Amino acid sequence: MFRAVFRLSATGARSLARSRPCYSAPLASRCYSHGKVETDEEFDARWVTYFSKPDIDAWELRKGMNTLIGYDLVPEAKILDSALRACRRLNDLASAIRILEAVKDKAGPHKDIYPYLIQELKPTLSELGISTPEELGIDKL
Amino acid sequence: MILVSKMMLRLTAGRVGSLVARRATVALTTNSARMASHEVAQTVDMSQPMYVDRLDTPLPDKPYTDVLTAADKSLKQKEKGPWSQLTQEEKLALYRLAFHQTYSEMKRPSAEWKTVLGGMFIFMGFTGLLVWWQTAYVYPARPRTFDEEWQAKQLQRMLDMKVNPIEGFSAKWDYEKGQWK
Repeated sequence: MFRAVFRLSATGARSLARSRPCYSAPLASRCYSHGKVETDEEFDARWVTYFSKPDIDAWELRKGMNTLIGYDLVPEAKILDSALRACRRLNDLASAIRILEAVKDKAGPHKDIYPYLIQELKPTLSELGISTPEELGIDKL
Repeated sequence: MILVSKMMLRLTAGRVGSLVARRATVALTTNSARMASHEVAQTVDMSQPMYVDRLDTPLPDKPYTDVLTAADKSLKQKEKGPWSQLTQEEKLALYRLAFHQTYSEMKRPSAEWKTVLGGMFIFMGFTGLLVWWQTAYVYPARPRTFDEEWQAKQLQRMLDMKVNPIEGFSAKWDYEKGQWK
């Protein structure tokens, strides 16, 4: 939903015999590589699963978040929910707040995305006791 | 690629077991307090995880604060329990232990543009001075061929000898009426 049109396609090792010519698709006339393109739902599911690992370690949390923030998209609320719960398992409140800050920054000029995400994450934030950067006053200088 | 704004300076003494201690000497930081003292190159062990404030790296490789006081340690213990039991100040303290600058602080505007524009104008002004000096002291005298009278006579001569009479110069002159067409 929040994706830019061009995304990295997570292609596995597909055999060349399955390759389709570029011009066969009447609607999307872009020439992607000859691999399967991951759907938005698959992308989300993959990341939710990543952060849902029960014994996730701090490195994996950092790596996952830094990679996710590197993508040209704002993560969906369910991915962030999973990441915040991972912070809870790691007893790392600071990282949870940092994640919220990072997501707000990712939205860039689209000022309506972050309030929407906070609204979606409100139950999780209350449950885990995570204060938003606004509540802590660190969204201002 | 690594943006070195405020780097954690690590003590490299007592590095047991590493036969080749790789150290990188970094240039003076922009810390104004350091500029007042004599110049010492700070050695930073770049083979170790470093802290960095970057918008695209929300969770750096290590927390900002290495050394925890007793109060910090007890706060970290309290962090293991329900976070709703932490006060706002405690949550803020935990954030500041882990991170140096908030995103707002990282994104704060600077006055650098004034320096840039000022520097530009200074150099353009200096260049202007050079150009003026050059016109005053280097250029030779103005050739007499630029005088109004000379130019008029030159024009008349060109018309008299019918320069480019078909398509060009003299073709545009109306010789009967004595004016430009």
